[in-house]
Amino acid sequence: MNQTRQYISDRVNAVPPSGIRKFFDLVIGMDDVISLGVGEPDFVTPWHIREACIYSLEKGFTSYTSNAGLLELREAVSDSFHRDYGLNYDPEDQILVTTGVSEAADLALRAVVNPGDEVIVHEPSYVSYKPSIVFSGGTPVVVSTTRENEFRLTGAQLEEAITPKTKAIILSYPNNPTGAVMSKKDLEEVADVAVEHDLLVISDEVYDKLTYNGKHTCFSSLDGMDERTILLNGLSKSHAMTGMRVGYAMGPPDIIGAMLLIHQYTMLCAPINSQMGAIEALNKGDSEMQAMVREYNRRRRLFVTGLNDLGLDCFEPRGAFYAFPSVQSTGMTSSQFAEELLNQQKVAVVPGDVFGESGAGFLRCSYASSLEELKTALERMEKFLG
Amino acid sequence: MNEILEIIEQDPKIDPAEIARLTGQSETEVRSSIKELEDSGIIRKYKAVIDWDKVGEEYLYAIIELKISLGDRSGYDEIARRISNFNEVRSVRLISGDHDLSLTVRGHSMKDVAFFVAEKISTLEQVQSTVTHFVLKTYKEDGVTLFEKDKSKRLAITP
Ligand SMILES: Cc1ncc(COP(=O)(O)O)c(C=O)c1O
Repeated sequence: MNQTRQYISDRVNAVPPSGIRKFFDLVIGMDDVISLGVGEPDFVTPWHIREACIYSLEKGFTSYTSNAGLLELREAVSDSFHRDYGLNYDPEDQILVTTGVSEAADLALRAVVNPGDEVIVHEPSYVSYKPSIVFSGGTPVVVSTTRENEFRLTGAQLEEAITPKTKAIILSYPNNPTGAVMSKKDLEEVADVAVEHDLLVISDEVYDKLTYNGKHTCFSSLDGMDERTILLNGLSKSHAMTGMRVGYAMGPPDIIGAMLLIHQYTMLCAPINSQMGAIEALNKGDSEMQAMVREYNRRRRLFVTGLNDLGLDCFEPRGAFYAFPSVQSTGMTSSQFAEELLNQQKVAVVPGDVFGESGAGFLRCSYASSLEELKTALERMEKFLG
Repeated sequence: MNEILEIIEQDPKIDPAEIARLTGQSETEVRSSIKELEDSGIIRKYKAVIDWDKVGEEYLYAIIELKISLGDRSGYDEIARRISNFNEVRSVRLISGDHDLSLTVRGHSMKDVAFFVAEKISTLEQVQSTVTHFVLKTYKEDGVTLFEKDKSKRLAITP
C-alpha cells in the first residue's frame, strides 16, 4: 500500500497495546493449559437471569430503550444501592445504564476531563484506566500502592501526587489485580484529600459484592461524598454477566446528564435483553450470587494458603477473585516466571507489571476456576518450583 | 457448620483436611464438627449419584402416587413407614394435591415394578388407589444434571 500519511491519531498512537494481549497470544494454541489468567467468573450467568433474557427475546423486545436505560432497571439499581448502602440515587436523573463499567468509566472521563487535566490512578490496577484517560485528552498521574501497605491507597500518597491541574481520582477497590480492599477508615483518608483539593472521585466498585472478611464500604456513602463521586458498578462480576454488557453510573445530576449526552450520541443504549436480565438479577439474584461468593471464598482460602505454602508470599486478598503473590523469592521477574511456568507446566498466570510498574515482581492469579483446576495448578506450580 | 454442610453436599468424598483449607478452620475442628453432624443425624448418609443408564444396567424407575384412607388411629407416618421398608421403594413423600403419598420404585423391568405395586402396595388396607408413571429418562437427579458437561466458553486470558 502506498501510504504516506499517518492516519492513526497521535492520541491513540501514544497508547501501547495491553500486556495482556501478548500473554494471550502465548497461551492460545497450547493444549491442556490451566488458565488462572481469566478476569471473569467461571460460573455461567444464573439460569433465572438467562431465562429472563430469553423471555424478553421471545416477547419481541428487540428495540432501543431510552438512552438512560429502562426506567424499571434504573429503579432496581436505585433500590439495590439503597438496600446495600443507604444511598438515594434518583432513577430519573442520577442513574445511567451503560454497556458495562467499561463504557461508564470512559463516559465519566470524557464528561469531565479538559485537555491537560490530570487524573490520578493508583497502580497496580485495571488496565483500562490509563488509556481511557489518554483517550479523553487528560494526563494520567500514577500513584503506586505497595505490598507493605496491602496495596491500599493512602491520603499521604494522594497528597503528593496532587498538582494544580489535578481534576479527578480513579478509585478501584476491591482491586483488580491485587484483591486489595479499602476499609471505611482508609476511604475516609481519600475523601478528606478530595474535599481539601476539591477533586472528583470516579469510584469503580464492580467487585463490591465480592468481599470476604467484612462488608464493603461504598465510597459515595461517606459523608458528603455523593456530591463529588461518580459511582460505577455493574453485574459482570457479581452475577457472572460479563458478556451481557450492562453496567451503570450514578452521581450528581449534572455529571450524569453530561455522560448521558455522550452516551446518547455514541452508544444510544445498552442491549435491551441484557437490561431485562439485569432487572431480574437485581431483584431476584441475591441468593445465587451469595452462593457464588461463598464458593469464591473457599477457593480463595485454599489457593492463598497453597501459594504461601509454596513459598510465594501472598498477602490475604479480601476482595474480587484474584491472588497477587510475589515471585521475589525465586529471583525471577514476573514475566520470566509467568512464561517459564506456562512453558514447563502449562499454567497461565498474568505478570503483575501488566497492571502497572508497581506490579513488577508479582503475579495475578485468578481463583475464579474450579477447585479441581486450582488444586492441579498448585501441584504444577510446586513441580515448577521443585 | 452450614458451610461444611454445603461443601459436603457438593462433594461427599472430600477429605476433612481439604475442608479445613476451604473454611480456614483447623482439621481437628472440622473433624469434630463432622462427627457432631453425623451423630446428630443431620448428615444422614454419604451418597453417590449414579447414571445407571450409562452402565447399561436395566433399571426401571416408576413414580407411584397413592390415595390413602387413614384408619381410625393410624396416621400417614405409619403407612409411610411400612411402605418405606420395601427395598424396591427408593423414596416416599407425603404430598399435597390429588394424591397423598408419592413413591419412587425401582425394579428391573416394567413387569417387575407392576407386580410389586399390585402385590405389595395396592393390597395394603389403607391404599385406596394407585397411579403408576414409568420413568422413561432421567435428566436431573437430586440437583445433579446428567447431561454431558459443556466446555468452558471463556477466553484463556482476559483483563
Ligand atoms: C476493576 C474493573 N473494572 C471494570 C471492569 C469491566 O467491567 P464491565 O464488564 O462492566 O465493563 C473490569 C473487568 O475486568 C474490572 O476488573
